[in-house]
Amino acid sequence: MAAAAEQSSQQASAARAWHEVVLQTLKRNDIRLVPYVPDRVLTTLIKNIHADPFFTTFPTAREEEAVGIVSGAWMGGMRGAVLMQTSGFATLANVLASLAIPYQIPLIMFVSERGTLGEFNYGQSLVCRTMRPLLDSLAMEHHTATRLDEFEFIVDRSIKQAIATQAPVALILSPLLTGGKVFDK
Amino acid sequence: MSPTNTNTKVMNRFDVTSRLVAKLKNEEAVIGGIGNTNFDLWAAGHRPQNFYMLGSMGLAFPIALGVALAQPKRRVFALEGDGSLLMQMGCLSTIAALRPANLCMIVMDNGLYQITGAQPTPAAAVSDIVAIAIGCGISNSAWAADEQDFERLVIESLSASGPTLIGVRIDDKPGVGATRRDPVQIRERFMLGLGVRQQL
Repeated sequence: MAAAAEQSSQQASAARAWHEVVLQTLKRNDIRLVPYVPDRVLTTLIKNIHADPFFTTFPTAREEEAVGIVSGAWMGGMRGAVLMQTSGFATLANVLASLAIPYQIPLIMFVSERGTLGEFNYGQSLVCRTMRPLLDSLAMEHHTATRLDEFEFIVDRSIKQAIATQAPVALILSPLLTGGKVFDK
Repeated sequence: MSPTNTNTKVMNRFDVTSRLVAKLKNEEAVIGGIGNTNFDLWAAGHRPQNFYMLGSMGLAFPIALGVALAQPKRRVFALEGDGSLLMQMGCLSTIAALRPANLCMIVMDNGLYQITGAQPTPAAAVSDIVAIAIGCGISNSAWAADEQDFERLVIESLSASGPTLIGVRIDDKPGVGATRRDPVQIRERFMLGLGVRQQL
């Protein structure tokens, strides 16, 4: 029975794209507020979140601003998550160290990873290398999602852990999961 | 000076903050930006619905926007310095696009980074923050001419149908008090004050 349920769950997740897993897992965890700074890889996810009246979603001018917004919303009783790209994450050291971590706010971040596995812009590959050292230097929880079959587990458990422990989490979406962005002339 | 504030009086941050707090009768939330702005909010008398920032310069308005979106029936005020707003001016466009009617933003403008030694901001002699806010799409933006005009604008904002921004020209005095730097307690008490949490 358990094996059958597991198999059918694997088939169900295999039938879904990674961005559908994100959208459905956000919903299941009552995460309604999704400010973002866009990224090519996130295009379909952003479009689908806009199309779903469950969500309040909008672009912000900077990633830091989006972190401020979801932090305020959390304190007001509304759950949120921020979508961004690697280079945007690199702007967040100060707000993580001065707001999210010391005030114990369960900041949930989805970071579309650029700068690796086929990057064509040297600056992107350099800034990408700052991401995990920054996360590690602040002892922040982070996971790099590379496989669709374990993606829902990572996202769902990470959201629940962030909320239960009142600590931020970064979910890094590897090109192995999303396909990434490739040079198109 | 800049075009929209030629007739405004130079006021005092602590006095203006105290006048704001005195007008709040319905558990309105107040977000105090870093430095002197939240020191004077603290000094004006702690309220359970006050949130004090201890870093992340420029995020008072985004944090207040988040509270306003989460609790649309509660009025939310944000106090920010002019130097802080310069750090995160893009948030004015975000707020203009979302049009939260329950959000009132107050900019304490002395043209100075008072707390670091009163150096002038790059905007000091050339930029008009109220004109910038209007340009960003926050049409309900005005300089307070004097203390009575400030109180009038605050009262108007309580029934506004879109976001409000009030510019206040202030002197170069430092804050009166000093916020107790205990971020977890600040956040937890704020959540209790907003009715999101119950006492253990």
